[in-house]
Amino acid sequence: MTLEVKTNNAPLMEVRNIDKSFPGVKALDDVSVKFYPGEVNAVVGENGAGKSTLMKVMVGAYKQDRGTIHFQEENVSFNHPIDAQKMGISIIYQEFNLLPERTVAQNIFLGREPSTFGVVNVRQLNKQARSVLKEIGVDTMISPTALINSLSVAEQQLVEIAKAISMDAKVLIMDEPTASLTSTEVQLLSDLISRLKEKGLAIIFISHRLAEVFEVAEKITVLKDGQYVGTAKTEEVTPEDIVYMMVGRVLDHYFPPLGSPEDFGDVVLRVEDGSNEFLSSINLELRKGEVLGISGLQGSGRTELAQALFGAEPFKSGSVELQSKTVSIKNPSWAIKQGLGFVTEDRKSEGLLLMQPIRDNILLALRSLQPLFGWIHPDGIRQSRKLVPTLGEQVDIRVDSYSKEVQDLSGGNQQKVVLSKWLASKAEIFIFDEPTRGIDVESKASVHDLIRELTIQGVAVIMISSELPEIIGMSDRIIVMRDGTIGGELPAESSEADIMLVATGQDNSNSAEPS
Amino acid sequence: MTTGTISAKNLKQAVQAIHIPPVYYFLVIITLVGITLDQLFAKGNILSNPVIMTNILVRSVALGIVAVGQSFVMIGAAIDLSVAFTISLTAVLASQLMQGDPARVPMAILIVFGIGIVIGVANGLIVTKLNVNPFIATLGTGLIIKGILNGTFANYKGSVPKSFQSFGYDSLGPIPISILVLLVVVIIGWFILSRTKFGAHLYGVGGSREIGRLSGLRTARIVTGAFIISSLTAVLSGLFIVSRLGSGAPWVGPDGVYDLESIAATVIGGTALAGGRGGVFGTLAGVLMFGVIDTVFNQLGVDTYLKTVLRGAIIILAVASYSIRSGREAA
Amino acid sequence: MTTSAKKPLSMQLTSMLLSVWNLIKRIPPVYPVFVVIMIGVSQLNPNFATANGILLFLRRSSPLAILAMGQMFVLATGGFDLSQGSLVTLTVIGSSLIIYNNESAGYTAILIMLGIGIIVGLVNGFVVSFLKVPSLIATLGMLLLIKGGGLYWTGGAPKGYLTENWRFFGRGYIENIPVIGRFPSAVIILLIVGVIMSILFYKTNLGKQILAIGDNARASQLSGIKVKRVRMVAFLISSILAVVAGVLIGGYGGTSIVAGDGLEMQSVSAAVIGGALLLGGRGSLIGAVFGALTLEAIFSLLNLLGLPKPFRDAVQGLIIIGAVAYASITSRRRD
Repeated sequence: MTLEVKTNNAPLMEVRNIDKSFPGVKALDDVSVKFYPGEVNAVVGENGAGKSTLMKVMVGAYKQDRGTIHFQEENVSFNHPIDAQKMGISIIYQEFNLLPERTVAQNIFLGREPSTFGVVNVRQLNKQARSVLKEIGVDTMISPTALINSLSVAEQQLVEIAKAISMDAKVLIMDEPTASLTSTEVQLLSDLISRLKEKGLAIIFISHRLAEVFEVAEKITVLKDGQYVGTAKTEEVTPEDIVYMMVGRVLDHYFPPLGSPEDFGDVVLRVEDGSNEFLSSINLELRKGEVLGISGLQGSGRTELAQALFGAEPFKSGSVELQSKTVSIKNPSWAIKQGLGFVTEDRKSEGLLLMQPIRDNILLALRSLQPLFGWIHPDGIRQSRKLVPTLGEQVDIRVDSYSKEVQDLSGGNQQKVVLSKWLASKAEIFIFDEPTRGIDVESKASVHDLIRELTIQGVAVIMISSELPEIIGMSDRIIVMRDGTIGGELPAESSEADIMLVATGQDNSNSAEPS
Repeated sequence: MTTGTISAKNLKQAVQAIHIPPVYYFLVIITLVGITLDQLFAKGNILSNPVIMTNILVRSVALGIVAVGQSFVMIGAAIDLSVAFTISLTAVLASQLMQGDPARVPMAILIVFGIGIVIGVANGLIVTKLNVNPFIATLGTGLIIKGILNGTFANYKGSVPKSFQSFGYDSLGPIPISILVLLVVVIIGWFILSRTKFGAHLYGVGGSREIGRLSGLRTARIVTGAFIISSLTAVLSGLFIVSRLGSGAPWVGPDGVYDLESIAATVIGGTALAGGRGGVFGTLAGVLMFGVIDTVFNQLGVDTYLKTVLRGAIIILAVASYSIRSGREAA
Repeated sequence: MTTSAKKPLSMQLTSMLLSVWNLIKRIPPVYPVFVVIMIGVSQLNPNFATANGILLFLRRSSPLAILAMGQMFVLATGGFDLSQGSLVTLTVIGSSLIIYNNESAGYTAILIMLGIGIIVGLVNGFVVSFLKVPSLIATLGMLLLIKGGGLYWTGGAPKGYLTENWRFFGRGYIENIPVIGRFPSAVIILLIVGVIMSILFYKTNLGKQILAIGDNARASQLSGIKVKRVRMVAFLISSILAVVAGVLIGGYGGTSIVAGDGLEMQSVSAAVIGGALLLGGRGSLIGAVFGALTLEAIFSLLNLLGLPKPFRDAVQGLIIIGAVAYASITSRRRD
């Protein structure tokens, strides 16, 4: 099937020299990209490359620090996402913006219901919804009067697309649209995208799945570390080329030395054939004193693995052994008693008590191990008073008072607070999920040194990260997740490309089927 | 995909969209229980007695009218604790203004509705502009109303003219006027919620402030509108009560526990405390449920207080069953 | 940032004002408000400023202060306890009934009521934690259960009376204290309860865990806290304290079926004025007590100003709106 690519000379939408920073992190650095009508341009890059941020700037959810946005060759600026929508720039986020208890038609036209004197013309509403659905060819699948929560994920996505079309979208941005779709649904989406292209829309498609990207997109734009690497025509490159464009960078700091085989002790954790609704056939071993890196694309099941190990979303089948004893980790309390600690991916929503002082955050897990009505200074006030600053210094928290509320700290300091929480509970198995996400370079180095320190003292570490340099710099062994199971295991100091190839399924002859 | 399967799917989606609120199952169950008890202990005399049936409905009118308003507020993800006092205020003020003179009725009605609007606007502004939690905001305004009410009217002179009392007592043919009014209120409420832009936006804002914001909805206006509706229904309910009592007294509202009961009826009716879903028909069923329980138990000579106990138990169990059934919090 | 010696006066003033405002934001507003009102009251009634006057004031305020402490525990977890008022009433009329049937059962009655309070607290906790019913609804249902149950048990009218030994806690005095002479036992009970609750809240893991689950239940759970258990304990405390408050109220005012009406709203108000956040995560025991004292002081003030009782409701309404609005402006709780 040949795709007619209409190449105009003028881009429909363009961003020039976009800079965007957040505290401690420069998310976009002088990014300039052109998007043409009638084309699908896939934007790829690792997690943290800046794809989401760029999209949010383009739809008015963020305001850029520097640079200009051009739409239909005019310089535009947005104060509110609805400005962009009205202009014809629509985005479909991974978590849909749909009201589950309302119908398809009601969702599509929320705020723009056809009405006379305030009374909604329901027939008109449904009719318009039907015609939009027909325009994208799904009127036979989805009824305008269906409730959103009766639709499958794929169908909901179609409703989001219909919504965008109903607002006369000329630029349609889709963030990881195929993440939760079956292969049949992906094909349907692909057909729909072709139809939209024929109408002259510029479609921007963020995805990690190179196989799909190559099927659907005419152009591929690569971002890396907030910078624009380049745009290639799909027919002129191979997936490996793209992978090489996505990785390969100058290290901004040096990692502590990796462990050597004699540093590793007995197996402290073993999982055999662990499965639950998110994971299948998990087999792994963790030894004392080692850092086991877990890599993989977003959605490959890394966090779910951590949650299973920690008892937040336990395994439903298979066996888990802790210190050679078969156990069943049913909830976090129990896991913590056994000496596990979990530094979660999202520290603000899962790791910290933002309104409480640093001190109480640090002592949180330790206190959960102590009796409910127990004294908060079980070893005496003097010991207690020393514990927090001691831990704080150990992780290098830079703050003048431990009574400060955690929400006032920088990302780096916040992460260190989370770390010290598990030091306080004397965890012997640490699970880190994105340990250095969103923190400044100096704190990153601190955290890495600390992790290695822990292993020298005999702690076993599992480290999940989407930052390849971090995986390579820190792991004594690397496991690569893919689609809920283990795609492969690689030795220390494997290359970024090696890892990405396993992660994207390019290493096998059979590309992985989304479940 | 054949066309056959597609239309079957369409049908399924259409059926699911009709959505009978689960509370009606409860209502049926309670009615059946009532019928059984009736047969066992009263030889079937209760529910076959038209006077008693009318009684059930009339008792439900006061609560029903104000519960419709409360439903609006709760769909918008808020709560209105000031209704009980608004009811009292209306009752007392109406008596005072009318002074038994039919000529003064229209003026009195205008004034009390006017005051209702003021209360609603106040609630709305405090919640949306001062950013005060609706629980506290309406608790506060309720107390202010209570204070003004008790403080201003030293004695409760005044009464409602007989002609006005027809609202409470008369019938149009076999159907009491008050019930007609309730039905009209329910239907208007249903219409606004399901057929107007305002209603659609209320569901939007209540379902998710964020989505409302992204869609450009004017949250402050919509929420305030809901509060105004709530106060107006409270006023109407107050007028009904005073038309039955002949004159108003300040304890009328709180005595009937209209604030908490309207919330309970609404939640049992399927409207979530968190907003975004529910509707007046469910609320009506919740109100009727309480009405049936009240009347049947009354006639059976069951102690009033045990009825209160049963009410409390039902509220807890009904809401618990929603949470358990849907696997998520009811609110 | 270098500061030149000649910064314009306006800028200096502004930055000074800003830092003063930041300081002010840190002080819970209840304390200065309380002081101001107390001064006002003592101006109008010189007797108030005497040791005796203050003791009487404290005696009057003890029940609300105790209720507010209990409510604060629940508010800090992010919930509400609307059943406090009806539990107070039950304590009063239930004890009357028990004593009516057996004159010497004064203390036994109190023990029985405490037992009932424990059961109520456990049920509240169970319904909220395990049946996943929102606490507003759950305790509302419990309010009706207790109200109806209590009235049914006593037949709707307070039977009997409360004996002296039962009423001692609410209105009795401890004699022969040096300097002061006599000290109201209600205030002693307030102090005892206050000390116990302070220890629980500030010095045991319970207090820390309560604030934790109110702040972020998910993070707490992932850090090993047994969220359900902590919630239950909070409700338990609230109910037990409601019974204690009931004993004091009955002691002071005698038996009455409206003893507890509206008290739960007052205790929420007091706790909120004292700094508890309605969504949880922040709460101050001392603040709750002062919130209660402030409310009572305001009532006294209104009395002295000759304003009739009804106005106290209106003023209470204005105050709680003001308190929460102020908290919204100065608070940084993210939604």
